[in-house]
Amino acid sequence: MVGRKLKGATIGDWVIVLIMIGIILMCILPVLTVVANSLSDPGAIVRQQVTFIPRLEVLEDGGDRLFPIGARFDAYVDILSDSRFMRSLGWTIILTFIATIFSLVMTVLCAYPLTYDNLKGRGFITVAVIFTMYFQAGWIPTFVLYRDLGLLDNRWVLVLPGFISVFLLIIMRKFFLGIPDSLRESAEIDGAGPFRILARIYLPLSTPVLATVGLMYAVGRWNGFTDALWFLRSAPEWHPIQLVLFNILQGIVPIDPMDPGMAAAPGRSETVQAAAIVVAMVPILCVYPWLQKYFVSGVTLGAVKG
Amino acid sequence: MLLLPIIFFLVFRYWPMINVLLAFKRNNVILPVMEVDWAAAWDVTMFGRDISIPWMANFERAFSHPPFREAVRNTLLFSVLDIAAGFPAPIILALLLNELKFKRFKKITQTISYMPHFLSWIIISGLAIRLFSPTAGTVNNIIYSWFGMSPIPVLTDPNHWVGMVVGLGVWRSVGWNTIIYLAAITAVSPELHEAAEADGASRLQRMWHITLPGIRPVIIILFILAIGGTMGADFERFMALQNNLVRSMSQVLPVYVFEWGLNNLQFSLAAAVGLFQNIINLVLLLGANVVVKRLGGQGLW
Repeated sequence: MVGRKLKGATIGDWVIVLIMIGIILMCILPVLTVVANSLSDPGAIVRQQVTFIPRLEVLEDGGDRLFPIGARFDAYVDILSDSRFMRSLGWTIILTFIATIFSLVMTVLCAYPLTYDNLKGRGFITVAVIFTMYFQAGWIPTFVLYRDLGLLDNRWVLVLPGFISVFLLIIMRKFFLGIPDSLRESAEIDGAGPFRILARIYLPLSTPVLATVGLMYAVGRWNGFTDALWFLRSAPEWHPIQLVLFNILQGIVPIDPMDPGMAAAPGRSETVQAAAIVVAMVPILCVYPWLQKYFVSGVTLGAVKG
Repeated sequence: MLLLPIIFFLVFRYWPMINVLLAFKRNNVILPVMEVDWAAAWDVTMFGRDISIPWMANFERAFSHPPFREAVRNTLLFSVLDIAAGFPAPIILALLLNELKFKRFKKITQTISYMPHFLSWIIISGLAIRLFSPTAGTVNNIIYSWFGMSPIPVLTDPNHWVGMVVGLGVWRSVGWNTIIYLAAITAVSPELHEAAEADGASRLQRMWHITLPGIRPVIIILFILAIGGTMGADFERFMALQNNLVRSMSQVLPVYVFEWGLNNLQFSLAAAVGLFQNIINLVLLLGANVVVKRLGGQGLW
């Protein structure tokens, strides 16, 4: 932390830089591998020629080209014309949107009242809520409940039980507590009720925490599949993209046979799987760097005791 | 305003806790829990006396079930390895990032190191297959074509697989977990560093004697939370990465609950195992908290 001048850089500084470059490569290279696989010729994969750059196969007769680098998009055409994959992709986008909105509304409705000092039973409610973070009933009792409620094989099972994450609730409540009481008090003197104060004072000041918490709900919904695996056993039409991808990777669901000879072509399933991975990963990778300052502040807020 | 959230917590968080009673009942997948008969007693010999504990037959069955014992062993093994490899890693990375002088480079490194946290375990399992597949995985391609070595069976040999799962766990979490430590480090007073530097302390000495003690409370809290998860495992991680050849290592408790509860319809047995797991975790969390407080540290509460 001392001496930030570039010129004072010592050997130690450069060693740290080298370590960091190593870490960057370890994060990026696995992703590059999958991208390279998705753009390569299936034959090049079978011949073990694909590493981090997409390759078109070396021709047997014209094999003197050392770096036959290129890209072909057949795998993307295949995966994007697979009706089941595309349906699930569309559904997951809608689902992520709906789940995030509902969760944000419910979390605000829970966090805001808990900032009132004079709320009756506030201590008890807080303890009861936080208790659920450290002790859950378990999957089977939950499964039995959804069975009794008729939520099994119902698409709303992917939305309703995830309304409030206690961890994100704590983050939001802490942010609300940081808004000066004097603002609320002066609004109360002017005769504003709690809903009006929430809408006119708290929410406009809370953009950072709404972005943080919304991002975390959205990422969780986009990446999650446990609930679908447990509760949507007979409703594959509502399976989110991760579960469909899981089935593709496990070879359970073959890609639509657009071309009858496709399944037989060696290396073809690898390129299509790689393309499916890229499609499922790209939306989040495009979004998260722009929201970095929000989630960093969110995690920091959640880590402070209180 | 609180009405909807309260209904939410009552229905989706507390109502299932009533269904935990299933752990003490006979197996029935159709009737409501209240109408199911109680399970038989568990007859044990303890302290040389025969004791009959009522309703505990499901627990007796679980504890004598070889797949359950295997699942407990694997769960504990992965928790220990995860803590050993994954707990110090973000602390070290945060210390190094903090010492990085080039601010722009530091920011880029941070952004990229957060990336794996945003990938689902399914996607990571796809990356792992493409990297480690014995026939066309990138890593094996490289060791074959550059070093002429035979492929390493990372995906299929149980011992290698354990290493891969632990490694991927660190890979996914290390960057993300530096966020908390870096925030704590910025709270350490720069005057301490300046004073130490004036006294001739080297960079390593300052990291060891000033930065690390400065973030000790945060380290302790995260360690308590880690201990509180010892009897648990990330279901999605093991579900996504498992395959038939490594089943002896990939059966962890949440996977056991899924397979025996849902696939084999042994609701009572699986509910008992889930309860066992959650109670042990709660006890470990509270225990770690008490120990830390006894030792004079700040606990969770």
